[in-house]
Amino acid sequence: MSPPKTATAKKAETEGPGGPSAGSEELISGSEAIAHACRLADVDVITAYPIRPYDTVMQYVSQMISNGQFDCDYIVAESEHSQFEIVKHASTVGARVFVGSSGVGWLYAFEALAVTAGLRLPMVAMVGNRALDDPGAFGVEHNDALAVRDLGWMLCWVATAQEALDTALIAYRVAEDQRVFLPCAISCDGAFLTHSQSIVNVPSQEAVNSFLPPYERGDKLLHPDNPITIAPQANEDWVMEIRRQSDAAMRRARKVLIEAYEDLNAKFGRGGEPFIERYMMEDAEVALVGMGTLAMPVKVAVRKMREQGRKVGFVRVRWFRPFPSEELQQALSEVQAVGVIDRDYGFGSAFHSGVLANDLRSALYPMERRPKIVSFVAGLGGREVSAANVIEITDKVFDAAGGDATSDQDTYWIGVRE
Amino acid sequence: MSTGSVEVVYRGIFQKTLAKNICRGVVFAAKKAGKIGIAFGRYSDSPERNGIPAKQFAVVSDTEEELEEYLSRYEPDNNDVTIAADDTLCKGVESWAWYGLQPINKLLADGGTLLVTSTQSPNRLLSFIHRKGTPYNLALVRSPASFSGLWVYKDDHTDVRLLGALAKVAPHIVSLEAILETIKEQWKDDSKVQSAKKAYGATESHPVSAEQGNEEIPYEFELPGWKDMEEGLVIRGISAEAQSITGRDDGGYVPTRNTTFKKFSTRSMRPVINFDTCTKCTVCWLNCPDTCFDVTPDGFYDANMDACCGCGVCEAVCPVADCITMVNEEAFDGNDGQWEAWNKDKEAYAGWLAEKIANRPPRAHGFHHVGQYAEEVKNESA
Repeated sequence: MSPPKTATAKKAETEGPGGPSAGSEELISGSEAIAHACRLADVDVITAYPIRPYDTVMQYVSQMISNGQFDCDYIVAESEHSQFEIVKHASTVGARVFVGSSGVGWLYAFEALAVTAGLRLPMVAMVGNRALDDPGAFGVEHNDALAVRDLGWMLCWVATAQEALDTALIAYRVAEDQRVFLPCAISCDGAFLTHSQSIVNVPSQEAVNSFLPPYERGDKLLHPDNPITIAPQANEDWVMEIRRQSDAAMRRARKVLIEAYEDLNAKFGRGGEPFIERYMMEDAEVALVGMGTLAMPVKVAVRKMREQGRKVGFVRVRWFRPFPSEELQQALSEVQAVGVIDRDYGFGSAFHSGVLANDLRSALYPMERRPKIVSFVAGLGGREVSAANVIEITDKVFDAAGGDATSDQDTYWIGVRE
Repeated sequence: MSTGSVEVVYRGIFQKTLAKNICRGVVFAAKKAGKIGIAFGRYSDSPERNGIPAKQFAVVSDTEEELEEYLSRYEPDNNDVTIAADDTLCKGVESWAWYGLQPINKLLADGGTLLVTSTQSPNRLLSFIHRKGTPYNLALVRSPASFSGLWVYKDDHTDVRLLGALAKVAPHIVSLEAILETIKEQWKDDSKVQSAKKAYGATESHPVSAEQGNEEIPYEFELPGWKDMEEGLVIRGISAEAQSITGRDDGGYVPTRNTTFKKFSTRSMRPVINFDTCTKCTVCWLNCPDTCFDVTPDGFYDANMDACCGCGVCEAVCPVADCITMVNEEAFDGNDGQWEAWNKDKEAYAGWLAEKIANRPPRAHGFHHVGQYAEEVKNESA
């Protein structure tokens, strides 16, 4: 293990196999893209504990360290709980940290996850989305990351390896902003993103340095010269105020995210709109909404349907926390019906919908003219969602737009064997 | 109003079972009169630490609707009776959801009764008990405080004696007949019935006027709003500027302490220090879990009585025979330090010290050794 560094000072660009030169193009997976982001962000402390599909990030990080391309404290913990606790504490002393897990591994760390936001520690985590076992299922479902959705974690879903890399840099910038100081999890769909390689532009160290300032903990730095206690016991006399502070930080995160995307677009020439991606939404009569790699078959299907003259568009939710209510209200204000495709479930929730559908319904409720919302559950446990599935979904959304009164009163399971 | 409530203030862990027994007794007895009741605990620290002031309440009523009002409250106020299970609690308590020192009679209704187990005189107790501003009664059950540990219960009949006394001072809540019947049913022990009956007869009640009592204004503090509070659960260290007990720049060291949560209301015994035999070995200073020893200019260690919880660790670790001695808290007024008194007049201090130690009323923190409980029961029945 290398000696601890005192600051997130950037080092010289390195060359070599797997260690890209400035602004290079690489054929890499989503997991490898995240590892590159860690290297470029010059992360100080990384903790790991293997679980598929997140373990691929471990593999690439350790390879970079071994090749001398990346210098950080890399600690393999004895469990996810310790894994997240170690970076939580490292973050208090001013170390930039990276951590990650998948499925039930993420949940094994839940105690640490639950308290991190209240402590206002900018932990950045990658969740390789995985079904919650049993029976050992390792395909993608979003319920793992979604488990922390109400606890002060910023949460986003990415669709490509490029977006994974760029979003990880955004995550550090926003999480470590003193106006925010909240943890952030980047969700990457298991297999479809973690194990799929595509051509990615890996930015130069100089470009990243110009975008990402060092982590400055300010007067909350745990250090002998700044004697503080973090997280003493607090009861009814303090807890509600602590929650309100986290709430205010999450509200402020919105503006900080917008600034970060503006800067990313200016410096990198990519990044797009901060919270959502709109695909063929101009003149759309119905819209589909989803997160993550689901975007691929949906876009294929939307193009096919557009060729047939069906006015359908797609809105991909990139940031789930903070939830982009304003953007979604605006994007969906003109459509007659919305089909929400959840790669997760909310057993027993309103209309038995998935988590995204429930939040979206809630966000659109204050609108004067509300579109119908039809909810779908698809692709659980890593099951493929095909373009044909998406067309089947869209047919039902058009039915709702046409006045089918029952279509928004329940949830359709797509691709399940009857 | 047909609701009656009893507050039992006790010392955490040592008196937990005692307080619970009293409140359960009240509810069962009220049931015999056709009333319904609830008993509930309100701790001020969890898990309850040794000696920390904690509470149990019993509320009885004619209807469930009236009871509901009490169930989700921190602490019911306007209690008909407040029972102090240890008379040193009369100095005030740092109670759950109370920010500062709460006078023992604070939650007592006008005209209610403060019932204390004590061997002290009413006037002595009133020198501790803060002025209430309205008249009430002070009733005494003659007995030292009943202490035992968490896992054992010292069944010295204090629970039933207090229930008998309660029937005397608040017959509108429980009648003697109902209490005796309840004790018979719940404890199945005739001697406990006799103890309750005896306590009923022996309980003395003294009227206390609005102006009687300790004139001290108990400390309180305001909690900051969420915008003023430090974010990230961060508490700033208090700067450790060297200062002296004497207030002069003459050496010595007094650590800066929390000015709002003082903790001394946890104390039922306090250390007295013989500075003439002290060897300045530092062991008490090093071992005190609450950093309550001040270093004096001449290198002695003086226990600060605002910070001392009375745990007795200093007495246990002191290597010098009879240098530090734990004495029942009821023997003291105020929280003045001892070194200054010793420094001023060593002879007078030696006399004071000898008097405190010689006349110290019996008191223990739970049980010190295996078999102590059996010895105490034997002595009490003798």
